[in-house]
Amino acid sequence: MAYSEQEILAGLAEIVSEETGLPTDSVLPEKSFTDDLDIDSLSMMTIVTLAEEKFDVRIPDDEVKNLATVGDAVSFIAGAQA
Amino acid sequence: MTHVPDVVVTGLGATTPLGGDVPSTWAAALNGESGARPFDNDWVERHGLPVSFAATLKVDPSEVLTRPEMKRMDPSAQYAVVAAREAWADAGSPEVDGDRLGSVVSSGIGGIQTILDAWEGLLAKPGSARRVLPMTVPMLMPNSPTAYVSLEFGARAGAHALVSACASGAEAIGYAAEIIRSGRADVVIAGGTEAVIHPMPIAAFAASRTLSLRNDDPERASRPYDVDRDGFVIGEGAGVVVLESAEHAAARGARVYARIAGVGLSADGYHITSPEPSGDGQIRAMKQALEESGVSQADVVHVNAHATSTVVGDLIEARSIRGLLGDEADHVALSATKSMTGHLLGGAGALETIFTVLALHDRQAPPTINVDNPDPELVLDLVRDKPRALRDGDIAAVNNSFGFGGHNVALVVTSA
Repeated sequence: MAYSEQEILAGLAEIVSEETGLPTDSVLPEKSFTDDLDIDSLSMMTIVTLAEEKFDVRIPDDEVKNLATVGDAVSFIAGAQA
Repeated sequence: MTHVPDVVVTGLGATTPLGGDVPSTWAAALNGESGARPFDNDWVERHGLPVSFAATLKVDPSEVLTRPEMKRMDPSAQYAVVAAREAWADAGSPEVDGDRLGSVVSSGIGGIQTILDAWEGLLAKPGSARRVLPMTVPMLMPNSPTAYVSLEFGARAGAHALVSACASGAEAIGYAAEIIRSGRADVVIAGGTEAVIHPMPIAAFAASRTLSLRNDDPERASRPYDVDRDGFVIGEGAGVVVLESAEHAAARGARVYARIAGVGLSADGYHITSPEPSGDGQIRAMKQALEESGVSQADVVHVNAHATSTVVGDLIEARSIRGLLGDEADHVALSATKSMTGHLLGGAGALETIFTVLALHDRQAPPTINVDNPDPELVLDLVRDKPRALRDGDIAAVNNSFGFGGHNVALVVTSA
């Protein structure tokens, strides 16, 4: 079954919150991973690994640099679902 | 000749089977409490472990660290950071140029729980290499605890992790003292940590036939120098101290607990696990530390023994102390605190340095518990069950730590 964008946002917010300690309600679609959420490349790869597991998708390494905002990641995951 | 600074201890921190900090740990030690507890899991049934207890942490680090901190550190680093924060605050959070601040925090074994968890994840599902988390390497590396301490406090004079099995914590403190003496740093955060309460390392230690199997009475299992001792009780935790040049400490008006006056290091070159029977290497380490300290043997009033509660090791050390000090050993109050804490492996030498420092500072040697029948071959005065008062005036103590591999470390601590 496919996750809705809203479900993906909620799941991603949980992962980001676990990784950074930020509250889940601060993980909004317009937020930049690096500029707003202060996530470094190692943390970003952790988030990608956990998101792949949670949503059963593949996020290629080449794609990660295009995921500037939380919304970018939500859209990519939504589109990548089988 | 260039001036060689004296090295003083200005901060103490720990998380141990006896308590989540130094005051609670020291109070429990003076009170003769045991940190050994039965496992609250199915490891014995599931894996057939021959031992069903360990000296586990009294306070879980998750009670003081945030969730993101917990997730990006192996337990060995978690414990070290908890202890380092306490030590740093205890030292009064000194203002120091980061280029003059170092860290030396050792682990005997490293991030083994991270290694095992990652491997388990890989085995659980075919093709799951991508599920191994990116933080795995920085968590498993044995320099991770010292690196996190360096990061946290901005220690840029050098971050080191000397590895010498169960002597690692003492060797770290000895090396830290040498860094200050060499002039490379004014302040060094130093100690040891270990986190191996997991069925694989416990099975491995049991396989080496070094663990006590007194499963029916965990609190009474660690009994150094008792005739019925049957091995050590595996423990976990960390001890960290703040060392400082005497000048730096005096300039900021810091409280000084004691001095690290001498460091002695040697190797047996004899056997990978068994201590060399004559104690020659242990004696050389203690002698070197005493000579460096300039302390006369008459002023050595206390020894915190390595004494892990093994049949062979305890007596070799006792004979080494007697061999070095001769008649002067008569007035040495000998304490074997692993009877209470269990054996923290890489954390042991650091925790026992803290005990040694506090013994001099508070003028009381901590007890050795569970010695119902002292080994008749013990030729020293063991402090049993209750703490013993140490005399006034300038006094000194020795902390011994030995490790698999034939590592011998002796630290001479003197009263402030």
